[in-house]
This record gives sequence, structure tokens and C-alpha cells, in this order.
Amino acid sequence: MKHARVMVHGQVWDATQQSDQLLLADGRLVGFTDVQWLPPLSPVARPRTVLALGLNYADHAKELAFKEPPKEPLAFVKGEASLIGHGQCTVRPPGVKFMHYECELAVVIGRTARHVQPAQALDFVGGYTVANDFAIRDYLENWYRPNLRVKNRATCTPIGPWLVDAADLHASFGEPLQLALQTTVNGKVTQSGNTRDMIFDVPTLIAYFSSFMTLYPGDLILTGTPDGVVDCQPGDVVVTEIEGIGALTTTMIDNTPCNTSNT
Amino acid sequence: MLGNKRLPHPPIHGTVYGVLLNAQREWALCEHVMHESPYQSPPSAPVLYIKTANTWSAHDAAIALPANVPSIEVGATLGVVIGEPNANDSLHVSGFVLLNDVSIPHGVAAQGFYRPPIKYKNLDGFLGIGPHVATTSQVPYPNQLTLEVRINGVLQQTVDLQTMRRLLPQLLTDVGAFTPLQAGDVLMLGLDVCGQGPEAGHRPHARAGDVIDIRAPQCAALGHLRNSLVQEAA
Repeated sequence: MKHARVMVHGQVWDATQQSDQLLLADGRLVGFTDVQWLPPLSPVARPRTVLALGLNYADHAKELAFKEPPKEPLAFVKGEASLIGHGQCTVRPPGVKFMHYECELAVVIGRTARHVQPAQALDFVGGYTVANDFAIRDYLENWYRPNLRVKNRATCTPIGPWLVDAADLHASFGEPLQLALQTTVNGKVTQSGNTRDMIFDVPTLIAYFSSFMTLYPGDLILTGTPDGVVDCQPGDVVVTEIEGIGALTTTMIDNTPCNTSNT
Repeated sequence: MLGNKRLPHPPIHGTVYGVLLNAQREWALCEHVMHESPYQSPPSAPVLYIKTANTWSAHDAAIALPANVPSIEVGATLGVVIGEPNANDSLHVSGFVLLNDVSIPHGVAAQGFYRPPIKYKNLDGFLGIGPHVATTSQVPYPNQLTLEVRINGVLQQTVDLQTMRRLLPQLLTDVGAFTPLQAGDVLMLGLDVCGQGPEAGHRPHARAGDVIDIRAPQCAALGHLRNSLVQEAA
């Protein structure tokens, strides 16, 4: 099943996909364009841990001029406040020279994971969604790199539109996941890859993180992006898409407020 | 000694941000490698990290060291709690809380500040918090506080917040310029290294069995944060 979280007339609803409509929890059917899409994540009591990977595809690592693939995952933490939903706007700050999307498979943890072995790791996944982990390379510094000024900004982590149950996705696509992934900018394909080319796959990542930190339901792992990142300008429409999960649309804007709400 | 009533939950609920190298003393110790590989140049903007919720330990809670971790660094600091947005939408502070930002030792020389510090800083229980959030009127001069760190009752470090490179409100402004801070989020004012004694140039180290106390002697309203360390079974 594909789950969404949407706002309709100022109220937040859990919803599921019903062909080309959304079924709200109160039984109403609404159109995809009649709602404001939120990140497809249930609220959690404590701040959600959002882990993100750098250099997790061999081709991207090469593109970024690193001599050899990393020996352990290169991971950083983002704040939940950087997340926005499908169909929203991402701000490109004024004066920036190079800001690019990163299409990423996002893993949503389904149950508490601590000291999990890779062979059991997929049992701890609740679902999958699509993330666009924007980076502003102008701000890159070699301190805790990638530093949060590059990676943890309001509106700069679109996620969604759908949370797909892990069991459904694996029933359709098997294990390990070999999902085609692509990004278009204004309709032109600029990035394409496949999740099978991850250096550290999903079970390895869950085993690695849970070896020293407990992962809780609702925590996120953004698993990195392949080759093919390009600069995006205000007005550009960026769609990051992963096979079997969905297509996540973002419109780039300059530093002005964005209101795509229909409320 | 304060009462040992155990709090069920840490008294905060937002994202906790830390700032690397905000202490003048630590900056000065690192300066000689800032232009070398892999750093190339000193950081121009605040360098942040996040203490995820799995790290949160309430006052009086025992913090577990993994079997392969013989000692940790004590990171005494003051946390600024962000308030609800006000009329002109500027960031403001709703309170202050004592924090112990525990880390597995890592330093600038061994390239420990090059990559994000998750494996050093985000272990379960590695942030002591509390005992409670004091109001801004109870802490009128946060920049002027000193924090005393005692391990097993012996004074090991005095952190002088006035010697931080970015003080309040500048730190909040500079971090808020690029970070989506929300009401309830916590910004740590920075960690220092010891100025003298056997651990000069480092943060105080502590081991399983040790009891760590942090207090601000000029400000009783902040209370007194205590955490003990225990070794996890292999």
C-alpha cells in the first residue's frame, strides 16, 4: 500500500493511494492536486533521527574526485525541520553558484533496531520513500564535511510523495532492491542510476548504524545518490523518481515565500 | 548534594545542535593544522552537529560505554532552548539547560574533525541533560557563567563561557542564518578543553565507574547535572 500525509482545508490527514485519488482516513476521496502534500511520515514524540549518506554510489564518489570508495559509510545527521513534502518549493539562496538535487532512496525504520545483523536488517524497515537531499556546494567546508550549512536548510529536503510498505515493495521487486532511479530538470533526464549500485546497501547501513545507535520507528536513512548532479536555478522543476515508489516534484524558487497550499 | 529523584524523561523535546571549535582555547590549539590537509582552511561559518534523540540521558541516568570504549570525553556546556516565534519573527531564547555532550575521544590532528562525528558523538545515552530547563530570567547573563566539571568529586575543568568565540546572541544569529531552528530546539554554546592540569589541551576523560557532575556556581537555578558511567557487557 502507498501511504501519504496531506493537508486538506487546513487539516492534516493520513491517506492512501486509491488509483488516481487519495483516500482520506475519514473515507473521502480527493484528487492529488486538491491537497498540500506533507512528508509521508507519522509524527514521533522525540526528534526524528535523519541519517544521510555521502558518496554511497561508486560513480558519484568518482565524480566528486575521491580516490577510492569509502571503507565505512560516510554519514551525517540532518534536522527534521529541513524536510518538506511533494509539490512544494525549495529555496535557492541569493548569490549561490552551485546548488544541486540528490535523488535518494529513503528508508523509514519500522521497529526499534539495535545491534541488528545484516541478514535480519530488512525486518526492521517499515517502508520506503523518495528523498531529494539538496546540497549547496558554495558552502562546503572541510569540517565535519559535508557540513550542515550545505545540507541542513529549510525547504532543502523534499521527501515523498508516498511511503510504500516495505513488504509490498520487496514482494514486487525482491531483495536486494534493484530499483531504477532518475532525476529530471524541466522534463530532461539529468541523473539516472540503480539502487543496486550502492556501495553500502540497506541491510549493511542498518547493521552499521544500529551497532552504535538505536534506530527508532520513524527514523530515516537517506541512502545517497548516484552520478549526475547539475545546478538548479529558480523556476526549475525538479522531479526525483524511484521505480515502484514514486515521483517527487519540487520547484526551485529564489528567496521568497512559497505557498502552494490549496487550503 | 541535590536529591536523587530520577526524572523519567529529559526536559527537552527539540533537535539538539552543537557547534565545533567555539572555544578560543581549542581554536588556538587547532590553528596550526587548519591550513593543512584535509582541512585546507579555517571554518568560516559555524560548524554544526546534531545530538540525536537516542543520545539523550536524563539527569541521574547511567551512561553506558560500549565494551570497546575505555574512556570518553566530558563535554560540559550550556544549552539554549529556542522559544516560540515572536511578533517580528526573530529568534529568541526561552530557557537554558546544563548539558554533558559526551564523545569518544577524537581530535583535529588525526583528522577527527574532517568527517561528521556520528560514530564519536551519537552513541546511545551520550548526552546528559538537565536536571531541568531554567527560565531566561533565572539566567540573566548566560555568557558570563562558568561551568565546573567534577569527576568523582574532584574538580577537573572550569569552562568559562565568556571565552567562546561566538557568544550570545551572535551565535544564535549566525547559526539561525542557515539552520531551520524551531521552538524547543536546543543550541549548545560550545565545548572547551582543559587549560591546566594533567588533561590540559583535552576535554576531561572519564571511565566506567566514574560519576560526572556539572554545575554553574553562579546560577543555582540551573541545578546540577549528574551522570554516572557504566561499562556495557561485551
